[in-house]
Amino acid sequence: MILVVLIVSFTPLVLVSGIILYDFETSYKEKVYAHLEEVVEKHRQGIDTFLTEKLGNLRFLTETFGFEDLSRDSFLQERLATLQKEYAPVFVDLGFVDEHGVQVAYAGPFKLGNAVYSEAEWFKAAIRSEYFISDVFLGKRESPHFIIAVRENYQGRPWILRATVNFMAFNTLVEKIRIGQTGFAYILNRRGEFQTKPLMEITMRRGPYRDFLGIKEQTGTGVHVIQKTDDSGLENIYVAAFLKHGDWLLVYQQLASDAFSDLRRTRVTALVLFVLGGMAIVAMAFFLSRRMVNRIAQSEREKEAAGEQVIETGKLAAIGELAAGIAHEINNPVAVMVEEAGWIGDLLEDEDFKDSKNLEELQRALKQIHTQGHRCKEITHKLLSFARRTDSKIKEIQVNETIMDVVAVSAQRAKFSNGVIETDLQEDLPLMKASETELQQVFLNLINNAVDAMDKTGGIIRITTRLQERGQAPAAILIRVSDTGEGIPQANLSRIFDPFFTTKPVGKGTGLGLSICYGIIHKMGGEISVESTVGAGTTFHILFPVSGDGQAREPHPNGKRSIP
Amino acid sequence: MTIASILLVDDEVPFVEAMTKRLLKRDLEVSAAYSGKEAMEILRKKPLIEVVILDVKMPGMDGIETLREIKREHPLVEVIMLTGHATIESAVDGMKLGAFDYLMKPSDMDVLVAKVQQAASRKRVQENKIIEARMKEITSRRA
Repeated sequence: MILVVLIVSFTPLVLVSGIILYDFETSYKEKVYAHLEEVVEKHRQGIDTFLTEKLGNLRFLTETFGFEDLSRDSFLQERLATLQKEYAPVFVDLGFVDEHGVQVAYAGPFKLGNAVYSEAEWFKAAIRSEYFISDVFLGKRESPHFIIAVRENYQGRPWILRATVNFMAFNTLVEKIRIGQTGFAYILNRRGEFQTKPLMEITMRRGPYRDFLGIKEQTGTGVHVIQKTDDSGLENIYVAAFLKHGDWLLVYQQLASDAFSDLRRTRVTALVLFVLGGMAIVAMAFFLSRRMVNRIAQSEREKEAAGEQVIETGKLAAIGELAAGIAHEINNPVAVMVEEAGWIGDLLEDEDFKDSKNLEELQRALKQIHTQGHRCKEITHKLLSFARRTDSKIKEIQVNETIMDVVAVSAQRAKFSNGVIETDLQEDLPLMKASETELQQVFLNLINNAVDAMDKTGGIIRITTRLQERGQAPAAILIRVSDTGEGIPQANLSRIFDPFFTTKPVGKGTGLGLSICYGIIHKMGGEISVESTVGAGTTFHILFPVSGDGQAREPHPNGKRSIP
Repeated sequence: MTIASILLVDDEVPFVEAMTKRLLKRDLEVSAAYSGKEAMEILRKKPLIEVVILDVKMPGMDGIETLREIKREHPLVEVIMLTGHATIESAVDGMKLGAFDYLMKPSDMDVLVAKVQQAASRKRVQENKIIEARMKEITSRRA
């Protein structure tokens, strides 16, 4: 039951959450990649522009000034000062190198005048092409730098104007590419050597970059993105673009967890929501299924109780039928017996028996037979009352009047038992449709029982009527008959409405009084219940429902029996 | 001189026998029948019967049917219904059909005799009235 509810509830939740999360993740990743590509592309262009600009500066010098000017230290110093003024510390020094690799003129902080570069790689490359930008290297000055060189010819001999670019200044261009916590950039050359100082310590493995370095395309705007796990097992995003005509590779690296931190946050939020929702579903599943099970169990119990009620009612009806049959069958023999006894009595009055010494005893015995015969008649009479009502003519009755009639009849009997009957009747009770004799019988039986209950001690019998309001319309007439008698033991409470159940001495009660009351009240659609405390007294509650028009409801055949 | 001439109808033979003896002892002329049908036969044979004591519950033709027959054939004969409690409603029906009264079984003999006397005297009064009416008719015709 619970499992089914859980599966039914969770399946759509899991499906919907999964699909949404997957879609979100895909589009989010695409967005992040696009953003990174854009950033890298922008910086690639920036760095390319930087290099082109610096190269442009040198070419401007070579084209504007000739061999004569540039081969003088003082002139170079002048130019360097102008450049440094304009571009801050980007240009470290300027040098004029002749075809043999000898630095003829030099302006800068190092003592490099007449330095020979004939074996330097940059020189070999620079002398071959019109202009050249070297990789970063340590060189003679033992500090990282790179060289921008422009080649010109003077009288058929080549010469080179070279400038050293401050590594730190260049590095700043790359360093400032920072995104998130772990995003940073660096430049590699074709051999995979760092051209800038990476911000993070990363192992010098070409693995991740091999894919980029292997790319044939060396120019253009191609930006490449891969996602790979590095040596420390962390997932990294690498975004790379070639610059400097394919010589260098600008790589941007960021931990995937950092780049997708928002995504992770969303995932965590989704997971928390999912877990909370799941817990709510589980709780609801438990709660609902338990409630349902309880409800089913309760309805089972009610059904069972109703079944018992039906059996009980049926039993009572069967007993009633049986009683009626027995009563009728017994009545005839009793009538014969009484008549025969009467006949003996008649005969005894004849002369012949006048002198018999046992005449008196015989007459006493006959009288006893007569008396007991009539008692039998009373019993059968009551039994038949139980089965069939004598006068069940229904009319409109003011229940207070009926009570007062019965009280008038019973007051004398109560007085003999030192009892007082008090009434507390609410006026203006609605009329109820009932058989008056039946109602009289109910009250008579209850009052008689009350009088019997306080036979020894005396006490007060109180009869109360109240209109019980439920909402707008009058709902029921409540009648209470209470006594201050000896009370009914708990064990007997549940049986007092059963036919033939009596605690009165043999010959005094038939055990039918309350049974008759019960039958009458339920036939009228009412209810009777009893509460009792041994030694303190007993109270009977009778509830007659009153319909909206102020009249008792139609009787229903299967009245409920309520015994607290 | 008897107080009245009665017919006792009940299917319970010992009851009828005991009652008959007791009623006879009280100067009543008693005939007995054990069914409605028998009662009708006796009534036809004995026109002097004034009061019928009739049990309501009998096999075959029951008390109510018998009462209806009696009232149809002998309208002046008075009927006292005798009933156990169970058939009190039929007794009431009997009253509506013209029974003189109803008594509960077992009933007190003195009460029963008193009722019989009342019934008999009513029958006589009725008879006298009819006779008087006829006499008047005859005398008026003569005149």
